[in-house]
Amino acid sequence: MADAPQHDAVSVQMISPEGRFEPNAAAEEFLPYLDRLDEDRLRTFYRDMAVIRRFDAEVGHLQRQGQLALWVPSHGQEAAQVGSGHAARPQDSIFPAYREHAVAKIRGVDLIDIVRMLRGLTHGGWVPAEHGNFHLYTLVIGSQTLHATGYAMGIALDGAPTGDPEKDEAVMVYFGDGATSQGDTNEAMIWAASYATPQVFFLQNNHWAISVPVSRQSRTPLVDRARGFGLRSTRIDGNDVLASYAVTAKQLDDARAGRGPGFIEAMTYRIGAHTTSDDPTRYRGADELKFWEARDPITRYRHHLEQRELADAAFFADVESEAADLAADTRRRTLALGTPGIDLIFDNVYAEDHPVPREQKKWLQDYEAGFGEAR
Amino acid sequence: MTTWTMAKALNRGLEAAMVADDKVILMGEDIGPLGGVFRVTEGLSARFGTDRVLDTPLGESGIVGAAIGLAMRGYRPVCEIQFDGFIYPAFDQITSQLAKLTARHEGSARFPIVIRVPYGGHIGAVEHHQESPEAYFAHTPGLRLVSPSTPNDAYWMIQQAIASDDPVMFFEPKSRYWPKGEVDEGESAAPLHTTRVVRGGTDVTLVGHGAMVSVLLQAAEVAAGEGTSIEVVDLRSLSPVDYGPLLKSVEKTGRLVVAQEAPGFASVGSEIAATIAERAFYALEAPVLRVSGFDAPFPPAKLESLYLPDADRVLDAVDRALNY
Ligand SMILES: Cc1ncc(C[n+]2csc(CCOP(=O)(O)OP(=O)(O)O)c2C)c(N)n1
Ligand SMILES: [Mg+2]
Repeated sequence: MADAPQHDAVSVQMISPEGRFEPNAAAEEFLPYLDRLDEDRLRTFYRDMAVIRRFDAEVGHLQRQGQLALWVPSHGQEAAQVGSGHAARPQDSIFPAYREHAVAKIRGVDLIDIVRMLRGLTHGGWVPAEHGNFHLYTLVIGSQTLHATGYAMGIALDGAPTGDPEKDEAVMVYFGDGATSQGDTNEAMIWAASYATPQVFFLQNNHWAISVPVSRQSRTPLVDRARGFGLRSTRIDGNDVLASYAVTAKQLDDARAGRGPGFIEAMTYRIGAHTTSDDPTRYRGADELKFWEARDPITRYRHHLEQRELADAAFFADVESEAADLAADTRRRTLALGTPGIDLIFDNVYAEDHPVPREQKKWLQDYEAGFGEAR
Repeated sequence: MTTWTMAKALNRGLEAAMVADDKVILMGEDIGPLGGVFRVTEGLSARFGTDRVLDTPLGESGIVGAAIGLAMRGYRPVCEIQFDGFIYPAFDQITSQLAKLTARHEGSARFPIVIRVPYGGHIGAVEHHQESPEAYFAHTPGLRLVSPSTPNDAYWMIQQAIASDDPVMFFEPKSRYWPKGEVDEGESAAPLHTTRVVRGGTDVTLVGHGAMVSVLLQAAEVAAGEGTSIEVVDLRSLSPVDYGPLLKSVEKTGRLVVAQEAPGFASVGSEIAATIAERAFYALEAPVLRVSGFDAPFPPAKLESLYLPDADRVLDAVDRALNY
């Protein structure tokens, strides 16, 4: 296994790979947080995971058909994302990397906006304040961790927590195992600890940074490294949606209550390629893939719901059709996307008037007009 | 003569340099079994082993900073930055450290480090994957900068850059990775820091580097059809600039258009324009004109063709120079 030296840390697990509700010892302190979930929410977790998987596959196809510059698959990481995404409260702010499509959906981002970005129509895509405080994707590895820390510092500077978890804010930042090697990520943890920020670092350890195994990034479990920075740190089975939910809920509530920053290492796996530009057969074995496919987060949770008789065939059929509808809708809307104009290049380079983009925009408009209909 | 893509020519050039000197080592993200995202290092880790092809942790500052230490220990590291837009985490190590260490050692140490940077647009990629950051580094004393435009130059220039005892920033025009061209493995090449006239002409001189050279050649072809004779100069070396052939060309044509993908403000093109105005003032029949990327962030891929100078935009400047 690529991560052999890292297997010795314990992961919080609520559901066994076979779907049985069997919280391990590490899960004990997080169990009360599951009480927040009624049956509807438990079903919603399944719905979100299944629907996003279908969306992910559909956009992957669209990319192959030339409709997108790139696609970044989330296949395999649905439980880590859906559990943590649902644990955040409405007032919380989320700083994603670029693979957190499920969290985007939970926070109210229209998924077509992610498609627009990866189609090459925008570098942004949505207004964070109007979409669950879900900030823009960041493609430069690790940069967003410091933004999250600064935002969390701002929350602390605004005043002490009220003690009301429905009001007090917290921040969650997502990043990958590769990102843990960047200076920015390490500085973010140092600053967070130093200023006792109300934030949670959510690491999706999917075992690979493109072709580089996590053993190249760390010879010690990353959950332990975070402790060295002074963060409350927990490793979870990242393919267990209930573990992801419960641990994140506790970490965020501790952070918002003023107990300082936390860190979660979600052990999961990137089932697909890094992106549609990647060919994982060049660097990883079929055995490893098989091992993780057998631990599929959605299948596991389906068994769990079935065993608890929380969902029946009609429910799963309904989810299936919702997923198919979203896929069809995404395809239709993608094909209908137009092309932005010159404005997008120049209009928001600066917040205030600046002569250079203003003049260059005029020049380009006149220049293009000179071609008449020919272009 | 063989026919290779630029990616292959670089691969073979790296291989030749590694065979010639066992102190040459490669460092970068995904350059091992994957062979780099552009496959430039394909097969090299299998051939030379993981002690000479280092698939590094994910951190550009680490790559360049560690390369500096390795150079102090007698190695000749060749660093790969995965994409242009990801070089900035290494900015301090490159500009404040690497660029100054030769001077600070007052002759007692050398820093033979090559930093390979795939750069430029035309590939329809997402943000940070299409930029041209060369001006930041050209502005920094202590760094040498080159950029090949053909497979043959790539093959030879990478070996020359590795042989240099100075830090060399090696800018690889990624849109030119795949077209094939002839490579002469036997004939030793022109010196590293030389410009070259790649098409003779008498009316206007066009100069550019990297992927821009093929755009300039296209423009020259179109202009020839309209009766304008254009000379095209491939800059090849951005720092230092070999002004000799360029001055000679401008003395002949009296007109110069400098083209680049990078934003024009405080750019390599600005430097060339200023120097030619200083040194060939009386030969000029028109102001030196620049055609650049706009002074705006590189736009989303669907707008790149509006942003990047194409043959039409170059010809528009040619017309302005001729009609001045
Ligand atoms: C500063 C920087 N360097 C290199 C890259 C190229 N790159 C894109 S994704 C990636 C691997 C990231 O791995 P990880 O942090 O584990 O996240 P994952 O993609 O696995 O979710 C690399 C090297 C980048 N985007 N930014
Ligand atoms: Mg990863």
